[in-house]
This record gives sequence, C-alpha cells and structure tokens, in this order.
Amino acid sequence: MKNQLSYFQIYLALVGAGVALIGLGFSVPTLGAAPILATFFALATASLIRFVSPFSLWLDGALAVFGAIALIVSLPAAGQMPLHHWLALISAWAFAWLFVERLSAAIRAGKLPETGTGLIIPIIFGLSLLVMWEVVTRGANVPMVLLPPPSAIGARLMAETSILWADFVQTFIKSVLPGYAIGCLAGLLVAIAVDRSPFLKAGLLPIGNFMSALPIIGIAPIMVMWFGFDWQSKAAVVVAMTFFPMLVNTVAGLNAASTIERDLMRTYAADYWQTLMKLRLPAAAPFIFNALKINSTLALIGAIVAEFFGTPVVGMGFRISTGVGRLAIDLVWAEIAVAAIAGSAFYGVIALIERGVTFWHPSVRGGRA
Amino acid sequence: MNRVLPVLTILIAIVAFWYAAAIWMNAPWQNTLNNRANLTDVPLIEFAQQTWSQDKPVLPAPHQVVSEIWNATIGMELTSRRSLAYHGWITLSATLLGFAFGTALGVLLAVAIIHNDASDRSLMPWIIASQTVPILAVAPMVVVGLGAIGLTGLVPKALISMYLSFFPVVVGMVKGLRSPEMIQLDLMRTYDANPWQVFWKLRWPAAMPFLFASMKVGIAISLIGAVVAELSNASGGGLGVRLLTGSYNGQTIQIWAALFIAAGLAAVLVAIVGSAERWVNSRMGARA
Repeated sequence: MKNQLSYFQIYLALVGAGVALIGLGFSVPTLGAAPILATFFALATASLIRFVSPFSLWLDGALAVFGAIALIVSLPAAGQMPLHHWLALISAWAFAWLFVERLSAAIRAGKLPETGTGLIIPIIFGLSLLVMWEVVTRGANVPMVLLPPPSAIGARLMAETSILWADFVQTFIKSVLPGYAIGCLAGLLVAIAVDRSPFLKAGLLPIGNFMSALPIIGIAPIMVMWFGFDWQSKAAVVVAMTFFPMLVNTVAGLNAASTIERDLMRTYAADYWQTLMKLRLPAAAPFIFNALKINSTLALIGAIVAEFFGTPVVGMGFRISTGVGRLAIDLVWAEIAVAAIAGSAFYGVIALIERGVTFWHPSVRGGRA
Repeated sequence: MNRVLPVLTILIAIVAFWYAAAIWMNAPWQNTLNNRANLTDVPLIEFAQQTWSQDKPVLPAPHQVVSEIWNATIGMELTSRRSLAYHGWITLSATLLGFAFGTALGVLLAVAIIHNDASDRSLMPWIIASQTVPILAVAPMVVVGLGAIGLTGLVPKALISMYLSFFPVVVGMVKGLRSPEMIQLDLMRTYDANPWQVFWKLRWPAAMPFLFASMKVGIAISLIGAVVAELSNASGGGLGVRLLTGSYNGQTIQIWAALFIAAGLAAVLVAIVGSAERWVNSRMGARA
C-alpha cells in the first residue's frame, strides 16, 4: 500500500507522534510510576516509521485505543495527574482523529463497505468524548459538584436502580405515555375534523403554527394548580405540548395526496371515509410520524419540567431538582442518563414503526430514514 | 387577506370559551365566599362578574390578565422588582445572547461538516442524538453547576439557550450549504474559483433561506430555554422566576401575565427574524 496521506492526516500523525516524543522524554525519569503510559509514548513515537513504510489505518485505531486504556489505568486515585500525562491525552486524541480521517477516506474511496464501518466512526467519537470526560474530570480533579466523571455516574446508576426505576415509572410510564397518547390522538382527531371545513382550517392553522412556537411549557405551574401534584398534572402539560405540533402536521399531511389520486378515488365512487382511510391518511403518514417524533422529545421535557413545580416525592424532575439542592450531582447525572436512554429509545421505537408503516415512501425505500 | 376573518372568529370563540370556563372553574370558590357572607340567590349576571374579579382565581378572566400586564409594565417603574418589563428584559437578554451563540456554533459546525467527511460521519449522528436528551430538564443543574465555579447571571442561561438553538441551525445549514447543484459547482470550477470563493459566492447565498427558517425555530426554543433555566435561580429574576414565585404563592394572575409576556416576546422575536429574512431576500434579489 502506498503512502496516501493527505496534508491534514500527515499533520495529525506528526502532532500525535511529536507530542508522544515529548511525553516519552518526561516519563523516562519516572519510568516506574506509570509503565503502561510510557509504553504508549514509545509506541506512538515509533509510529513515525509510517513515513518510511506506511502501515494500515487499523494500527492507528489500535494505538488510540491503547492510549485511552493506558490513560485511564494510570489515572491517580486522588489529586491531579502528572503534567506530562496530558500529553498522552493529546497524542491519543490525535491518533483517534487520524484513524477516523483515514477510515472515512477509505470508505469514500470504496475500499471499505459503508455498512458496519460507517457505524464505527460515530462510536469512536462518542467513546473518545467519554474518555476525555473521564480523564479531564479525574485528572484535573474537577469538583464533583461541577462535573462528576462518567465512572462515578455509572456506579451511581448501578447502585440506585430501585430509586431510578421508581422515578422512571412515575415520570415516563404514568405521565409521559398517557399524555403523549392523549395529546397526539386529540391533535390527529381535531385535524381530521377541521379538515372538512376550509373556514376552520384557515382560522386554526395560523393559530396552531403560532402556538407551536410559544413557550407552552410555562403552563406547567397552572396545570399543577388545577390537577394536583400527582401524574395527572404532568400528563396535562404533555397533552398541551404535543397537541399543536400534531395538529399542524396532520393538517399539512392531509393535503399531501395529489388531486389526480383523489380523482382516482372519485372514479371508484369512494365515499369520504374510504378516501380518508385508504388514501389521505396513508399519504399523511410521513407528516404524522414527523409530529410523533418531535413530540417524543417534547413530552419527556414537559413532564420533567412540570415536576419542578411540585410533585409527590418521586419522579425524574423531582430527583433532579432535589439532587441539585443537595449537591448529589452524580445522582442527577444518573437520572439524566436514564432520561437520555428513555428519550432515545422512545424516538427509536417510533422511527422503527415509521419504517414499517411508510415502507412505500422514497425516504425509506432509499435506505435512509 | 381572506385569512383575517377565520382567525378572528376562532380567537373570539377562544375568548368566549375562556370567560365561560372562568365562571365554571371559579364557581365553587365563589359559592364558598358567598355562603360565608350569607349572600344567597345571587343573580347569574352578578355571580359571573364576581367570578371574573376574584383575587386568586383558579382561572383568571382575560381582562384580569390584560390589566395585570398593563399594571406590571406600563404602570410601574422599569427598575421595580415587580415590573414584568424588568423581568422580561432579563429573559430577553439571556435569550438573545444564547441565540447568538447557538447560531454561530451551528453555522461553524455546519461548515465543518460539509467540508470534512470525517466530521460529517462522526458529528452528525451525535448532534441528532443530542436532541433526544431532555436537556431542558437539566437546565437547573447546569445553572447551579456553573454557579459553583463563579459563573452566574446571564451566561449559564445563555448556554442552555445555545444548546437548544444550535441544533436546528446545524441541520438547516448542512442542508442549505449542500443545496447548490453539481452543475453550479461545476460552473464555479470553470471560473477557477478557489474553495473560499465557492463558499462565499455560491454556498453561503444558497443557504440563506435555510438559515432563516432554522433561526425562526431556534429563537423560539432559545426563549423557552432561558425561561426554564431561570426556574432554578429565584434571586436572578426573569419571567421563569415570576412563574415560579407565582406558583408558590398561588398568584394565578401573575402566572398568566408572565406567560402572556413570554408568548408575546416569542411572537415578536419570530416576527423580527421573519422581517430580517424578507429584507435579506430582497437585497439578494430573491423572488418574493
């Protein structure tokens, strides 16, 4: 294989190896302290032979992974890490970037298949972000109040599963899901009803568009006053937040079927309901799923923020606001991790259903949703 | 404008429904009050007026909210801690700062993404995933965390707004900067244009409509971000604080007034971005 590095890749390779060389110089006097890190420095410096005999991009990836492991293993138990260890962070980061650059160049050139390898790149990016977070918070001794390291958050996640599960049930199962279902269904039904009258449609659509841009979340304190502290008030906030995006999108979607298709239904002597069920609703499905996806995030946000205004002593929003007050920040981050996983899973499930339902749509048939 | 009549009709219907709902929702408490005062057989009209003028109604009538807004903005000194104009200004400044940060960050990321394959592949999935995280819910924690290192006031709130508003800008700008067709890029090649010229003379103008569409979404959610971020810091002021103190003290009229100010602010901001869009479009010779 010929040496086909671009200028940017050569630059990254030089930064990675050069910084490692300096690090090697610093770590020789204290060789016994962190032997694995010294090994990484030596290997990274040795990577300079790429300019004599090029090697595979996977070796760059392996080097980056080894650097990350070496860094985490040699983190001190307490206090700040030695100054030259930061050089290892820079070097490992440069190698990870180089690996990603070379990998994407190889995919673009058609040397590697898109499926599978295309997934590696975002995963590498996420992992290197996590490693940097861990190394910076523990290495620079960042106070826990400001930002706990991912390992502490993970430990808390494992230790407090029962509390986190109870919060999840209260917020997600009891508040988000009913509110989401009611809000989306109401939006859908109102849109179908409004669609029959051009007058109502002309009146409601601008108002619906306007309402979608408003900070509807501000009604949370009012809903807490009306419906009490328990999940009903949160579900009500979720209903109000999800209703308008659904209304606006469905009304737009019902107009998506073209005149020629409607004419075809007329020639079949189809009545209003047949046209609606067999033509217009399926044609509106991409719009409806768009609203469902927007709403999945909005619903979770609405329920959690509504809990800031008063809850029984359980729930994600309650845990976050009291955790902030008690400075139990790792528990708050664990709660955020749960919320993030729940939110992404919710979104993912809807995206999957969308692929199944709108299999005919060009955006799905093309292989990209 | 054949839209005015339908919209007006719907608005009037909403206001009428609101007054009716105010009677219905405030009636139980008004009955209790009247029983205490030994008032029996209050005529319906008078009863309705009573329910529309309670101190802490379950649902304040529209005119109560409007008069509260009037008293708290025009009828009060601007520096007063109870003035909604003062609190609105605090929220507005955080919103605008966060929106400016968010737009700048979004544009920069989009430029990096379209020019570099590796950053496209590594950043884009995470940018999309970042929006399924209910970050708004952690706004209070970010504010407290940044407060612990001495960063208080405007900046933490602006950071929340930034996080929320960069996303539509990135997505819109990536789409917009990629919107020039192959044939147009080829034309630039025949002119021997360098990448800098291709960017400023072709890609950037082509992306303008996308940028403004994203900015309209971005400014609305950056206002939401600022309001929610204020919930955690009751001493800092802002519309979010008015919502929170109103909810603690049962001051429903105050909550509704703050809510309407926030809504009005959102509408004005979106309208300003919209008129900026029209101005830029006409300067660039776009078809109206």
